[in-house]
Amino acid sequence: MKTKVAIIGAGISGASIARVLSKYENLEVHLIEKAPDVGWGVSKANTALIHGGYDDDPDKYPNRARLCIMGNRLWHRWVKELEIPHVWNGALIVATEEEDFDELERLLERGRRNGVPEMRIIDRDEVFHLEPGLTRDAIGALWVPIVGQIGPIPAVIALVENAVANGVKTHLETEVTGIKVENGEVKGVETNNGFIEADIVINAAGLYADEIARMAGIDYFEIHPRKGEYWLFDEGIPGPRRVLFPTPTPISKGIVVTTEISGHLMIGPNAQDLPPEEKDNLATTEEGLEQVWEGAKKLWPQLPPRSRVIRTFAGLRPEPTGGDFIIKAEEEVQGFINVAGIRSPGLTSAPAIAYEVAGIIERDLGVKLVEKERWNPYRREITHFFMLKPEQVNEMIKRNPAYGKIVCRCNNVSEGDVLEAIERMKAIGVKTPSVDSVKFRTKATTGTCQGSFCRPRIIQLLAKEYGVEPWEVTLKGRGSEIGVGDVKALLRGDEA
Amino acid sequence: MEPMPQIPMLSYDVVVIGGGPAGMAAAAKAKELGLNVLLLDENDYLGGILPQCIHPGFGIHYFKEELTGPEFAARLAKRMIENGVEYRTSARVLEIRNYSDLEKVVIFTSPSGVYQVWAKAIIYAAGARERHAFEIGIVGDRVAGIYTAGEAQTLMDIYGVLPGKEIVIVGSGDVGLIMARRFALEGAKVKAVVELMPYPGGLARNVMILRDFNIPLYLGHRVVEVRGKGRVQRVKIVKVDENLNEVPGSEFWIEADTLVISAGLIPSVKKLKKIGVEIDPSTGGPVVNDRLETSVPGIFVAGNSLLINDLVDYVAEQGELAAEGAKEFIEKGGIESRKWVKVEKGANVRLVAPHYLSGDRDLYLYLRVSRPMENVEVRIPETGKKVRLPVVKPAEMVRVKLRAEEIRKAQERLTVEVVGA
Repeated sequence: MKTKVAIIGAGISGASIARVLSKYENLEVHLIEKAPDVGWGVSKANTALIHGGYDDDPDKYPNRARLCIMGNRLWHRWVKELEIPHVWNGALIVATEEEDFDELERLLERGRRNGVPEMRIIDRDEVFHLEPGLTRDAIGALWVPIVGQIGPIPAVIALVENAVANGVKTHLETEVTGIKVENGEVKGVETNNGFIEADIVINAAGLYADEIARMAGIDYFEIHPRKGEYWLFDEGIPGPRRVLFPTPTPISKGIVVTTEISGHLMIGPNAQDLPPEEKDNLATTEEGLEQVWEGAKKLWPQLPPRSRVIRTFAGLRPEPTGGDFIIKAEEEVQGFINVAGIRSPGLTSAPAIAYEVAGIIERDLGVKLVEKERWNPYRREITHFFMLKPEQVNEMIKRNPAYGKIVCRCNNVSEGDVLEAIERMKAIGVKTPSVDSVKFRTKATTGTCQGSFCRPRIIQLLAKEYGVEPWEVTLKGRGSEIGVGDVKALLRGDEA
Repeated sequence: MEPMPQIPMLSYDVVVIGGGPAGMAAAAKAKELGLNVLLLDENDYLGGILPQCIHPGFGIHYFKEELTGPEFAARLAKRMIENGVEYRTSARVLEIRNYSDLEKVVIFTSPSGVYQVWAKAIIYAAGARERHAFEIGIVGDRVAGIYTAGEAQTLMDIYGVLPGKEIVIVGSGDVGLIMARRFALEGAKVKAVVELMPYPGGLARNVMILRDFNIPLYLGHRVVEVRGKGRVQRVKIVKVDENLNEVPGSEFWIEADTLVISAGLIPSVKKLKKIGVEIDPSTGGPVVNDRLETSVPGIFVAGNSLLINDLVDYVAEQGELAAEGAKEFIEKGGIESRKWVKVEKGANVRLVAPHYLSGDRDLYLYLRVSRPMENVEVRIPETGKKVRLPVVKPAEMVRVKLRAEEIRKAQERLTVEVVGA
């Protein structure tokens, strides 16, 4: 008899848990996600950092402190097994005032306590040796070489692909409407697509984890959204080689300046607390972006002209009551595990959270986990034309000419890349064709022109492969259709 | 930099990059001048942006006849193909290498493979791209229903998709105005055209569209924010003062499901920049001499990659001029170095090209003014040249013919100014 597990939420936490639980012979794992694709919630828009683990106070936030450093170590392995785009470029936490050194000393001490290796405080000369473009006000820094960056959505996609290859079942566009509890035990999950039976329900619902918990009768915490806004600049603008942080304040790690993994200068985030009912407020604001600009300028004075921006965006972090990650089997509802309030450093901690959950299942729920004889830890990255040498492209073209045809001119994404993305979307159960699904897998539409050349071609490919009309293709799921009908629809009076 | 023995090698006198009007005119002309030409275009079809410009207004100067975009493109394509120009569509240039002054390498990919083409000269005619919503500082939700004007045009006129029903257009340039009419003709409601400047940005004949279709024009206004769930639902507009600063309290919302951005074009010159071609910040395109040769010998540029044109006729004209340059370059083993006359921007001139003149040939100067003026003269004091014009506007490119002997009157430089007559 297999133990049935339902994971609610296919973000970085849910996907990591799905991957880890897919190792076990005696679990039947279902991954439930209300969005049309994976990783579209909190995981989508953040600073994409794999933090060093020095930041979280183990007395106040024991889960954050413990899981961050553990997660960092695991990501060093996971990015290789799963071929997730990454860079290990280290971070500088920059001091600009003498008294900042007190805080850096505190961070160093805390980092040592948390088990962070190889950190040290460096002087002005070494700071500029590592980062010549830094503000001249810099007088020193804390140097944390184990910090890195990954593609957060590519990471979720990789985890889910690997989980599915190992037997996990996905249910996308499936919104949880209730948790069935009988005699203090979970029995399953009610959804808009019917009932999913489960012996164990794992609540990894991000911003909505409090609402899901309440469906099971658990109401001791609340999640409120904290918004952060970002600027992303065109390629070819010189940015830092390391991740640059200001010396942190009690509420925030501060506005970061990075060159993100695709080579674009990125600045952000600020932090704005929103009321709990604004969990879908992802709008950028003039004030917020201004705040980010001013903050970033303090570290990196040579910001480009604002016209060189290619995108601004906002992300929401789920802030839980109490501030620490809530990861536990709830005693009053047998089989219900909360993985809630996974705010920063959630991306970093995700692999460690997943092992934590496996441990909870074994220890607290008494399910003896039996490893599969053949579990596949590997997943191959999607083909990226821009990473191939010309002679490799010619080898690919022999099998499929589409690999020679460029769809996205800014990022050199081929039609073959896009078709492969669509194939992979279908393989993990993506039902609604969305341009964003292709974007997150291929990088098409994310370049200088922001898709004005390639989006119509991607729409055509999605329409053909999904067998729908081009105007029914969506930008990001139902309600974001790219058109209202064929070009004569209004004149005929029969528009969609 | 080494040749790449692993990938197939082709060889031509000249490679033309871009199959729009500039590229096709260049290729046709180069072939007529006896050169062995390969034209590359990334689209599945020739014509560049013209096949989606289904409105008339093209060709009055070049073909002495008013044509639609597709008709203009078809004529050029016919001429080019009948001349025997070799061309490849679905062929995207990945890289240009300047191997030596007389040897260029163009690496391109296509459904039949990646190739390297060795050529003596390159004519670069890759067009322009449109500015997008983020570049002009629009904040709010990232929702469906935000398109550049060109993208909306592609969707409608190439793929037959109607993007929306209630439209707000940012920018009163020609593309924005033409799209306003296009939407209106298909039964959509164009609720506003919003223009940052205090005057319209398009040609007078296109500004008439607004009156014809009863479309409100907001001059001195800016779209600052888009809100919606999934799809655009409303856009926020504010008034700006003469310094383009927002006027507090002037904001209002318009309900719409579609926002079309027509905020200007930027020459596509990334690949030229990579090999060190000097760029003029005022045109956004390369600095060129009167053969339209860039600062890298043997690389010529024409059309919207050179500077943003308002008439396709000028674009085709520049293509032919670049072909003549390439012919001379190949025949003589380089464009003779000489004492070039440098063209300087004078009063009320925002941009001008070409930048250096030889004085051994007649040519056209293309220029744009900074602000509208009536009853003016274009003057070149060093040559005594004066051309009277009833009106100049930033939106309308001024094209001035200069004769070789006029240019020779100037010593090292000549200044172009637009002043009251």
